[in-house]
Amino acid sequence: MRSEVHPRGVEIVTVCLEVGGAEVARPFVDRAHPEHPSLIDTAHEMDARFGVVNIPSGTWIDEGGTIVRPAEPAWPGPAPQRTPTPDTSGDARQQHVRQLVADRIVNHRARYANAVRDWAANGAASRFALAPAEVVARSQPRPLDVARAAAHFELAQHLWTAGQRDGAISHFRAAHRLQPENWTYKRQAWSLISVETQPGPRARLRQWPSADQPAAWPFESDFERDLERLPRGDYYPDTLPGE
Amino acid sequence: MILHDLDVTAQQFEAHTGWAIKAEGACKAELCVPLGGAAFDLEAVADKLGMPLVQDAERALWALGPSSLGGRALTTAEAPELVLPDLDGRPFALSSLRGQKVVLVAWAPY
Repeated sequence: MRSEVHPRGVEIVTVCLEVGGAEVARPFVDRAHPEHPSLIDTAHEMDARFGVVNIPSGTWIDEGGTIVRPAEPAWPGPAPQRTPTPDTSGDARQQHVRQLVADRIVNHRARYANAVRDWAANGAASRFALAPAEVVARSQPRPLDVARAAAHFELAQHLWTAGQRDGAISHFRAAHRLQPENWTYKRQAWSLISVETQPGPRARLRQWPSADQPAAWPFESDFERDLERLPRGDYYPDTLPGE
Repeated sequence: MILHDLDVTAQQFEAHTGWAIKAEGACKAELCVPLGGAAFDLEAVADKLGMPLVQDAERALWALGPSSLGGRALTTAEAPELVLPDLDGRPFALSSLRGQKVVLVAWAPY
């Protein structure tokens, strides 16, 4: 997409929300060979500053530094060229989660890409560019508890990086309790533990208690349980206007 | 904002939060919140702006959370400054892209 919209004055900036930092992000970024700025956000500042609650998420900022679309589900990359062959590998739990993802998670990839193209072509006249008051009104709700969640997450990240694991986990748990709709806080914390307890190179994605060490899971929920409770379509709310 | 004590200056507060302390009060873009003219005090200002100060008493640490004023993540449509490192640790400021439209994309490997 960048090669398509950059000549029209749109720059893509990617921000990786990852407590583990550049060491974890680098293989993914290197595979993409980006020409745009690729940044690392270990403390999930994007959540506190822009209201990000899930990934991938996009925020549009115009030439004057004004936000014209607040953080929302976003897919600025290309759509898969073909339908992947169904993956039947893994244990029963992995297959169950795979089925839940297919059932519960809906993306709006094509419509989002078209919206970005429209903004690139039409700027402030685009029907997708919002007025300032609407940008603020459509940004994520932030009662005091949600602000407290951000503070707890920052403490968690700080302590985890310093090797103070137990302290970090208590603050991750507090962040999850105070802002249960924030998927980056949950999936980040779950992935840090699953990397320790699950086997193989894709352990980061198996965000649930391991079969070998179920008692080692320190959180109140996990990805499988949260997906089971999630209504279809709620993971990525549809924030784009109709066609 | 991680703090080891609450002895924060107005300049440090503005650098981290984007809220400037002026005669009119704490100001961000077109919004100003009166502070009553007292000398800068972090706890008092944080309370006025709905910013929680969360303490980890065991480790003598605090974190100052974002503002909950207005009940939304954004108090203004003016993009906050964002300075983050690239993969090689070099800081990059979002404001350096003024003059271009920007799609700021958050992603993660999990």
